[in-house]
Amino acid sequence: MTRDSRRRLLSRTVVGLCGLSVVVALIPLALIFFYVVKQGFSSLNWDFFTKLPKPVGEVGGGMANAIAGTLILIGIAAAVAIPVGLIAGIYLSEYPKSHLASAVRFTADALNGVPSIVIGIFAYGLAVMPVHRFSALAGGIALAFMMIPIIARTAEELLNLVPPSLREGALALGSTRSRAAFSVMVPAALPGIMTGILVALARISGETAPLLFTSFNNRFFSLRLDQPISSLTVQVYTYAISPYDDWHRQAWAGALVLVTLIFIFSALARIVTRRLERMHRA
Amino acid sequence: MPKAPSSRRSADDRWFRLGTGLFAFLIFLLVAAIGYELVKNSRLSIAKFGLSFWKTRVWDPVSGDFGALPFIWGTLYSSLLALLISTPIALGIAVFLSELAPRVLRTPLAFLTELLAAIPSIVYGLWGIFVLVPMVRTLQVHTPDWLKKVPLFTGPPIGVGMLSAGLVLAVMVIPFTSSVAREVLKAVPPTQREAAYALGATRWEAIQAAMRYGRTGILGAIILGLGRAIGETLAVTMVIGNNPQVSLSLYAPQYSMAAVIANEFTEAADNLYLNALIEIGLVLFIITLIINVLSRLLIWRVSREVKVKEPRRVPAVEAAA
Repeated sequence: MTRDSRRRLLSRTVVGLCGLSVVVALIPLALIFFYVVKQGFSSLNWDFFTKLPKPVGEVGGGMANAIAGTLILIGIAAAVAIPVGLIAGIYLSEYPKSHLASAVRFTADALNGVPSIVIGIFAYGLAVMPVHRFSALAGGIALAFMMIPIIARTAEELLNLVPPSLREGALALGSTRSRAAFSVMVPAALPGIMTGILVALARISGETAPLLFTSFNNRFFSLRLDQPISSLTVQVYTYAISPYDDWHRQAWAGALVLVTLIFIFSALARIVTRRLERMHRA
Repeated sequence: MPKAPSSRRSADDRWFRLGTGLFAFLIFLLVAAIGYELVKNSRLSIAKFGLSFWKTRVWDPVSGDFGALPFIWGTLYSSLLALLISTPIALGIAVFLSELAPRVLRTPLAFLTELLAAIPSIVYGLWGIFVLVPMVRTLQVHTPDWLKKVPLFTGPPIGVGMLSAGLVLAVMVIPFTSSVAREVLKAVPPTQREAAYALGATRWEAIQAAMRYGRTGILGAIILGLGRAIGETLAVTMVIGNNPQVSLSLYAPQYSMAAVIANEFTEAADNLYLNALIEIGLVLFIITLIINVLSRLLIWRVSREVKVKEPRRVPAVEAAA
């Protein structure tokens, strides 16, 4: 074999291997979806959404409390994180060159990489230790801490996409900076900011680690913020590591509901993005 | 006397800057507060054990003796194993999607690979317990006898253990590494490849030229993946076996830093026990912080344009941004 044909063969081999690696990565993806859908669907029934968990040994029951709990936790997180993240994002885009902005940008990205279990320990020290009680509020706060950097950075990024002439026009008409930001810039970037929020929601709704010792778990239906509350993720975890077949069945059903929830957020984000694209084209 | 409109406006602007700046500062404060809180709540364990905490293997809550060596070993072992498996695959994907794939295939394939990042850790864990672990067990049962004598493959075939943890982590890390590496390759100027082709290079040789140009960024992408693997909790907890031992064997059930926190935190009956667990969290925090900063700096060196972000959890968004 000549040197050239060897080089060409090597090149083709590597190109093939690169294509193969895509296939290799898609195999676990397909397997996970296959099992979650298959096992989840066969275990999902009306009781799952309407009933409370049954005591150990009894077959049946559902996760009504965990579904409500997850929605409450997400609600708390959103209520805390959206205003903080959005206003921080406004600062980052209005004063991009300030020292504070670069420091905040850096720490926001660092915060994004902090393991969620560490956020859980922090929220435990902040909201559980002083009152000696697990609570929905502590869990919601932990999730909010994970949402804030995502929202701040996407809000900044999307505010930067708004043509600066809009702000300049508002300022030229005698508006204050806050007026220009809140009444001109934010509405112009709103669809994008919504997308950022939905992405952050999709991310936190699957989190388990920060809830294990903040919101803990609750076998009963609870809507109280100062009490431990159940969540889909923690419930799936508890059931998955249990030795009971019926609980395993319910864990798969819970996983299916969880994945569906995340995909609803993603689909919404996609719809908003489409509208954004249409707007930009217009 | 009423103030002139212009001075009222500049006062308003000052308040606006101060007000929004305060919220931005909260983010900064948050990271500082995490560090402070973790140090404060682990002081008992730091004072009692000092550095020996990281060198000893006893983990005895009853007698109050704590050493975290098995956990740090398990975390490092599983993360490096995951990196070893995921890096070639992730780089292959990045190269394929940025250089080789036909245009029509690029977006859908990128969407699918990044979908791996949208699956929650708990679902990976569930799948790991009921699907992957039995597969690994079958593999272990069929290990030829001569291979079982190698330290890497000793121990009974129980499925849960280092190999399962490494495999789950590898799958979870792939989308992070591949999406950043893809962005890095996109930022390499096309002239690099064109010059290589002009000199008669084959496709692979041209890709090598591009990769060499972006090597610091690619290294950054790999390190970013390492940070993700080190901090991953639930999926690892569910398949690693939760047995605090220091073993070279891929088949041995072991433990990790995040897993021990997840398992024992609510059971920690006394303050010293809790402090020891929080100290593990503190080290996890410091390690991931350093890794994140390092990977960001490396990627920045290639191009300021490349943003170090996790792959979009909602890959569809990419098109608009």
